[in-house]
Amino acid sequence: MALDSKIPDGAIADKWTNYKDHINLVNPANKRNLDIIVVGTGLAGGSAAATLAELGYNVKAFCFQDSPRRAHSIAAQGGINAAKNYKGDGDSVYRLFYDTVKGGDYRARESNVHRLAEVSSNIIDQCVAQGVPLAREYGGLLDNRSFGGTLVSRTFYAQGQTGQQLLLGAYSAMNRQIGRGKIKMHNRHEMLELVIIDGKARGIIARNLITGEIERHSAHAVVIGSGGYGNVFFLSTNAMGSNATAAWKIHKKGAFFANPCYTQIHPTCIPVSGDHQSKLTLMSESLRNDGRIWVPAKLEDAKAIREGKKKATDLAEADRDYFLERRYPAFGNLVPRDVASRAAKERCDAGFGVNKTGEAVYLDFAAAIKRYGAEAAYVKSLDANDSALITKLGTEIVKSKYGNLFQMYYKIVDEDPYTSPMMIYPAVHYTMGGTWVDYNLMTTIPGCFSIGESNFSDHGANRLGASALMQGLADGYFVLPYTIGDYLAPDIKMGAISTDRPEFVEAENSVKELIANFMDNKGTHSVDYFHKKLGKIMWDKVGMARNEKGLNEAISEIAALREEFYKDVKVPGTDKGFNQELEKAIRVADFLELGELFAKDALHRNESCGGHFREEYQTEEGEALRDDENFAYVAAWEYKGKPSDAVLHKEALVYENIKLVQRSYK
Amino acid sequence: MKLTLKIWRQKNAQDKGAMVDYKIDGIEPDMSFLEMLDVFNEQQINTGGDPVAFDHDCREGICGMCSLFINGEAHGPDRGVTTCQLHMRMFKDGDTITIEPFRAAAFPVVKDLVVNRSAFDRIQHAGGFVSVNTSGNTIDANTIPVNKQDADAAFDAATCIGCGACVATCKNSSAMLFVAAKVSQYALLPQGQVEAVDRVLNMVKQMDDEGFGNCTNTGACEVECPKGISLENIARMNREYLSASMKG
Ligand SMILES: Cc1cc2nc3c(=O)[nH]c(=O)nc-3n(C[C@H](O)[C@H](O)[C@H](O)COP(=O)(O)OP(=O)(O)OC[C@H]3O[C@@H](n4cnc5c(N)ncnc54)[C@H](O)[C@@H]3O)c2cc1C
Ligand code: SF4
Ligand code: FES
Repeated sequence: MALDSKIPDGAIADKWTNYKDHINLVNPANKRNLDIIVVGTGLAGGSAAATLAELGYNVKAFCFQDSPRRAHSIAAQGGINAAKNYKGDGDSVYRLFYDTVKGGDYRARESNVHRLAEVSSNIIDQCVAQGVPLAREYGGLLDNRSFGGTLVSRTFYAQGQTGQQLLLGAYSAMNRQIGRGKIKMHNRHEMLELVIIDGKARGIIARNLITGEIERHSAHAVVIGSGGYGNVFFLSTNAMGSNATAAWKIHKKGAFFANPCYTQIHPTCIPVSGDHQSKLTLMSESLRNDGRIWVPAKLEDAKAIREGKKKATDLAEADRDYFLERRYPAFGNLVPRDVASRAAKERCDAGFGVNKTGEAVYLDFAAAIKRYGAEAAYVKSLDANDSALITKLGTEIVKSKYGNLFQMYYKIVDEDPYTSPMMIYPAVHYTMGGTWVDYNLMTTIPGCFSIGESNFSDHGANRLGASALMQGLADGYFVLPYTIGDYLAPDIKMGAISTDRPEFVEAENSVKELIANFMDNKGTHSVDYFHKKLGKIMWDKVGMARNEKGLNEAISEIAALREEFYKDVKVPGTDKGFNQELEKAIRVADFLELGELFAKDALHRNESCGGHFREEYQTEEGEALRDDENFAYVAAWEYKGKPSDAVLHKEALVYENIKLVQRSYK
Repeated sequence: MKLTLKIWRQKNAQDKGAMVDYKIDGIEPDMSFLEMLDVFNEQQINTGGDPVAFDHDCREGICGMCSLFINGEAHGPDRGVTTCQLHMRMFKDGDTITIEPFRAAAFPVVKDLVVNRSAFDRIQHAGGFVSVNTSGNTIDANTIPVNKQDADAAFDAATCIGCGACVATCKNSSAMLFVAAKVSQYALLPQGQVEAVDRVLNMVKQMDDEGFGNCTNTGACEVECPKGISLENIARMNREYLSASMKG
């Protein structure tokens, strides 16, 4: 099967407009005869469900949490980008487009990214109209801040809780439609299989997580907005329930899986503290606007700090190495995430780490507190030489910007970040790979769409900050509602689809069989036992830096672990009711396949780009070395039974508007 | 640390349920409370027992999924945190810890420590929104300036995570703090004004229909709220409700 990305003709800036002018529209009266299933109620699924319902379609929405408001998007902290140029600092649609393609290390699809930049400013208008309380300046206008990888302030935010506020906006739009009966919401339901009839996606099989019942749901199209698969690493910044199951099930039914090895490692997370750890906590990247990152310049100081003989504040300015400012003078602490993460790892590997395990660097606010304090003293005509006063005023300002993040850090680490620098280390955060989609956001299965983090399309090899929220909402509010109409136009006379069809029976049986196998297994180890083992292989051999040898080992180790899992996993309780261990077992089974494909993808890509760093391919200065000649393509894998048998399809990436150059942030 | 756990066990909504005692060892002060329960569950599974069901997802204090009534307090002994942010350093070696679900007539138990909080969703369906179409044709955001104090106050109200601690902790099982937070958010913003009258009437009616109790101003909700949602919001909602009743 050849991949057709269906990119419209014409100049990049006109493609989306021309496209919208020429697609098939569905008359509002006919939309009432069409059903759409939306799996997921995060920013992508929630905004899509609300908009499709408002257009008149019958929407059936699903999430595994007890309320759509709790989707993982709620945890996003820092902000959302939009090309509004409210600051007059030179932002534009083109610049956002350019930064995003460059930030993705030239591995994203130009046409999609341009469309994203075009609709970005609508997103802000939409959310503000919904009553989302984004940050304001004293004059009453919206405020912005800057984020890693760019030189303009284009990020809109609501303190450190931007994702929460945006999701509550989408949730409120959903509520309006649920109240009107246009969305039928299925909380605590997990989609476990896709139903295909005559080659088209026509429904799903879901498990009611409270009763354990296996349910059939039909529709004229199925939209997957199930989020990312970072939890394949066990430890990540994702919510505990985030999983790959929906995306993986459609992959097994024919949807190609693109660029699985593109994972973002986020530089500013709270370091691992012990074996019992269940997840990692992100500290928003916005902290890098004011925080300076450093390690001790001398090995003996680093050692003394690790042993508790010295404190960070004991080290004079001259004894500190602000390694990002040193290596990347133009961007400094605001280099993109992959660059910042690798630089931190490099210093820690060289022995300069500052926590007990040697896997942490400092994020220091002392300079910002002084700077803000002095400014405030000046404005209030107070004594600029009173250092206690300056510290007090500066602390207040830092608190108003990042207070909840500082509190979060304090609760976890039990140390006050206002007086001693935070310790941070990179962690798995976001996945740029996902189901392959064309310009219409449709997968290789007709009628099965994929939006938000679950698709691959907009971020290339490295997602910049504040761009995932933008993509989720762009897909859901503004893109899918057009493209799905074009697809559904021929189906208006079809009528409801019966769930008695043999395809539903068959799909249901396969789910029941899978569950029965788990319940009957007389194994000895818990699901977490296997998940942790998988996570360790992934982090050690498929993590921040990869090499051929490690990847080959990972592939065979994961295959062996998968075999052991099916033989030896123990799932207590019954499948007839609420059973969280069973939920986990089903998810980890899919991670155990995805993990192998992930490693296989990383192995075949003989280059380094963005978040994919192959140790064999680096510049003399240790930066990622791309190979555009041979690898300027999307790697889309077709399922053939086992991950090892997956077949590679290539979508060539053609750059007509942006010249490919070595990324430099110096 | 060695601990005694007294945990509420209940098979399903129909079952009567009871407190059961367990002993646990090897708990470290750095663990979060939920990680302690993970360790407990792992031991249960390995010894052929039934792991205890509890709700959680983000484990960083923002999704509102975790609940738990710990030693008689919603989200446990620490202030301003959710259960997932509570750490074992708040407890001492040898302590006995009582763990119960968030109890309220409007929050039926699903299993063990998991309750059904969808009554909160239904209150939102009744009016927790601004009726704006998601068409992409809304006016430029900066044409609606909002005074910074109002925007910040609206944000503070909007930070409610819908956890239900306020209900669980209230002797009347009142949902006033939760509903007031949403009503306040919109009452403070120009976008929310158009529908203000209907919104507060509809949401309060739904709140009553769901079987939540009345507010008698004891203020326990504010004390236990992990997000510091203040009682001022209840006062604001009462004002909104009163003026809406007169108009409506
Ligand atoms: C801590 C953190 C901070 C972040 N900060 C930022 C930021 O500042 N800016 C930014 O742009 N991005 C940020 N991100 C990334 C961003 O939050 C996510 O990429 C984005 O929210 C994903 O949205 P989504 O709608 O695709 O998926 P999600 O929000 O993950 O939603 C997935 C939905 O699918 C449902 N689901 C999944 N599987 C199934 C199934 N099998 N059956 C039924 N339902 C299912 C879930 O219940 C849920 O409703 C952050 C991420 C993290 C982890
Ligand atoms: S008001 Fe506070 S306690 Fe009540 S639901 Fe909201 S966050 Fe939880
Ligand atoms: S698990 Fe999300 S708030 Fe506790």
